[in-house]
Amino acid sequence: MRKGGRFLRPVDLTVNGVRYELELEPRDLLVHVLREQLSLTGTNVGCDTSSCGACTVLLDGQSVKSCTILGVQADGTTITTIEGLATNGELHPVQQAFHDHHALQCGYCTPGMVLAAVSLIENGEARDRAAIRAGLEGNLCRCTGYHNIIEAIADVTGSTS
Amino acid sequence: MSATETWGIGAPLKRKEDDPLLRGRGTYVDNLDLPGTVVMVVVRSPYAHARIMSIDLAAAKAAEGVVAVFTGADLRDDWKAAMPCAWPVTEDMKNPEHFPLAASEANYQGDGVAVVIADTRAHAVDAAELVDVDYEVLDAAVDVAIAAQDGGALVHEELGTNVSYVWPLETGTFDAAADVIVKHTYYQPPLIPNAIEPRGVVARPEPGGDVTLWSSTQVPHLLRLLAAATLGMSETKLRVIAPDVGGGFGSKLDVYAEELLAIAIARRLGSPVKWIEERSENAVSTIHGRDFVTTLELAATKDGKITSLRANVIASMGAYLQLVTPGIPLLGAWIYAGPYAIPNYSVTFTGVFTNTTPTDAYRGAGRPEATYVLERTMDLLAKELGMDRLELRRRNFITEFPATIASGLTIDSGDYHASLDRLLEHLGLEQLEAEQRARRDSGDVKQIGIGFSTYNEMCGLAPSRILGAIRYAAGGWESATIRCLPTGTFQVVTGTSPHGQGHETAWSQIVAEQLGCDPSEVEVLHGDTSISPYGLDTYGSRSLPVGGAALWSAGEKIIEKARQIVAHQLEVSADDLEYAAGTFTVKGSPDKEMTVKGAAWSAFAAHNLPDGMEPNLEATATYDPPNFSWPGGAHAAVVEVDTGTGDARLIRYVAIDDVGTVVNPLIVDGQVHGGITQGIATALYEEAIYDEDGNLANGTMAMYLMPSAAELPSYQLDRTESKATDHPFGAKGVGETGTIAAAPAVINAVIDALAHLGVTDIQMPATPERVWRAIEEAKQ
Repeated sequence: MRKGGRFLRPVDLTVNGVRYELELEPRDLLVHVLREQLSLTGTNVGCDTSSCGACTVLLDGQSVKSCTILGVQADGTTITTIEGLATNGELHPVQQAFHDHHALQCGYCTPGMVLAAVSLIENGEARDRAAIRAGLEGNLCRCTGYHNIIEAIADVTGSTS
Repeated sequence: MSATETWGIGAPLKRKEDDPLLRGRGTYVDNLDLPGTVVMVVVRSPYAHARIMSIDLAAAKAAEGVVAVFTGADLRDDWKAAMPCAWPVTEDMKNPEHFPLAASEANYQGDGVAVVIADTRAHAVDAAELVDVDYEVLDAAVDVAIAAQDGGALVHEELGTNVSYVWPLETGTFDAAADVIVKHTYYQPPLIPNAIEPRGVVARPEPGGDVTLWSSTQVPHLLRLLAAATLGMSETKLRVIAPDVGGGFGSKLDVYAEELLAIAIARRLGSPVKWIEERSENAVSTIHGRDFVTTLELAATKDGKITSLRANVIASMGAYLQLVTPGIPLLGAWIYAGPYAIPNYSVTFTGVFTNTTPTDAYRGAGRPEATYVLERTMDLLAKELGMDRLELRRRNFITEFPATIASGLTIDSGDYHASLDRLLEHLGLEQLEAEQRARRDSGDVKQIGIGFSTYNEMCGLAPSRILGAIRYAAGGWESATIRCLPTGTFQVVTGTSPHGQGHETAWSQIVAEQLGCDPSEVEVLHGDTSISPYGLDTYGSRSLPVGGAALWSAGEKIIEKARQIVAHQLEVSADDLEYAAGTFTVKGSPDKEMTVKGAAWSAFAAHNLPDGMEPNLEATATYDPPNFSWPGGAHAAVVEVDTGTGDARLIRYVAIDDVGTVVNPLIVDGQVHGGITQGIATALYEEAIYDEDGNLANGTMAMYLMPSAAELPSYQLDRTESKATDHPFGAKGVGETGTIAAAPAVINAVIDALAHLGVTDIQMPATPERVWRAIEEAKQ
């Protein structure tokens, strides 16, 4: 359909358990749809080359960089952003572990880092610290040096090595 | 265990700041969505040096959604002063006027030449593409060492030179007849600070010509003062808010063109103006660090006593002088001798313009640059003397404190031997050396190297009188207010402006320790010029050494006023009261007591106060530090180098730091982790690469190699402690120690791994290509 000189396409999304019927421009990135149309500003933008991972969300349970896919590509999917990770106000175990291990400082990479970690754990790819490090290769942090992020995730998985 | 043992100074309290950040409820500038906001996009010069012949705005102005388009000429009258530089380091320093948009000449790739204002970001970006600028491309000065010489391209033709200033500090003559002299020249390339949140601003016009500015800044107070001056506004008309700020590392310690543009345009249009920096834009429009060429000479006796030091530093300023650009090299000027007693000292700094992004403070700011060349040269001197590199360091450590050093400052405390001893306890050097010998003997393609860095630094910026003596325009004090609320809670307002450092938690611990409450009963407000006392913000590892001391001083005032109230109500002399952890007791009558919280209620109710006493229990203190603070320590890096590919990997890192009293060990360790990571990145990965025309060749995160978790090991940290004698509870500051110490430790390790192949030098960053070439050249 066309509205105000723009082509819009209907897109059906479920985000944090809520279903949305949206009309999106083909060029709208998923991250901008989340931030600007759904006001879910917990998902941050840190770069323009899909390098930093600050915008990581779970799409049908898998971590994706929401700056890397278009809103229209997410049609029919179920998305979890950082706002939807806690249950009845209780922090998810990964969020809690980040708090316990001082795994965040400025907090800007944190939503993406937490969701990348959730995906890594749920896929069984967080076997040990080396695997956690390799699995977080797409998420950059400038504050923590990653040390405490690795400790937090290893704590959740009970990794001793 | 008392409350203060659990939660006071020294406790590993989990951070108060974390919960909203973990839930995606951060208040970063880009999350602000004010009604009626228009979006600003900056049109930037694609050339490093070009004359602006004409700018055609017609197509951009006609594009969909465009509200306004402005050039530098259009806005010239909005500026009542040029962009501010607060540190004219010499009387004759050359500081060419520059304004938020270049009007006649662009002087670096990314220099702003126009702005487009539109209803949406997409429309603004689309219209910016339509701004047609006719440039005449000029020769660019890019390499700082070449730019420093006569005869090449000039950044600012009218100056007749690229040299902004020459600043010498000589307190002794270099001993050219010494037993041993080593001399080496080092290049430390420009670095992109890369806070993960790019910069961003929102300026909202208020009634009566006032403006509220939200900015991702480290320095809301300095920004308010200087932006108001630049725009010719009364300071009272501008309110600056630093909301949650996603990292700074010095790069947000500035007054930037976009902040001034947003204010000016918001006033012109009467609408809120938003500008959010893109990452590839950040690579050119936010300051860079480093870009130094340094020649260091050490002279020593044959038994390893260093007698004199001479350094010649050529430092790139980039295209313009930003807020503290010319002073950054000088922040290292007093510590080129590091933790060593070297009696004759001579350093000279030459600040040079280049057609590159302006440089300014990046984590460590002048001190990593000093420590790097010193610690590299210590290894060279040890080799020249045939002496163990740690023995050479030990023979020259300063051991008696307070120590007045050759550069003229006084180090209050430290114990450099203790840090090195502790490092060796953790390191297992003999085993590592055995492993190294075995790999060398077997000709293993993967060799290991062990590198050291023993360091000190001056931080806690800074004693105002010293700043005045070195021509910095402002002071170095900090302020804090404590309000004891009638409900038994405490409100702290601080002039520091945290952006990840955890001041809300640490400041709560300090109040908990001093006034005997739980940290959860303390509210810490910051980062808003309308609510905080006048402050000087957060940079240079100053917040705890200066702001923490101001807070402690305010607490002392609270205790003294409470003592008068308690004495009056218990009908005893104030001298008969003893104070501990929030409670006053009467000497000899331990059953008679009253708390600070109780005094706060009494002061609020004001029914029964001593004659003439003002109601309410609150105090403000401003603290001007009598000295810099002097952290120090010993770091070791272990690297594995693939001699076939040149790939150097860090496999272990041990850091021992002495930062004086620790308020929160979780936060201190976190600062060290992050700091050493940036130093490691400097050594192995990061460099802003310019081509000969001044084009930034790697200005995206895909090209600029910030390390991820996959490139790094976990770290081993420990501490020694010598308290700061000038600070009320002995704290020294920790924000920059890791970055200062790490780069030389890592490069010394890479060279150590290849020493048996004849490699003696590798330039940072030690990329596979550079390492491989060094190995090949050593074979020749």
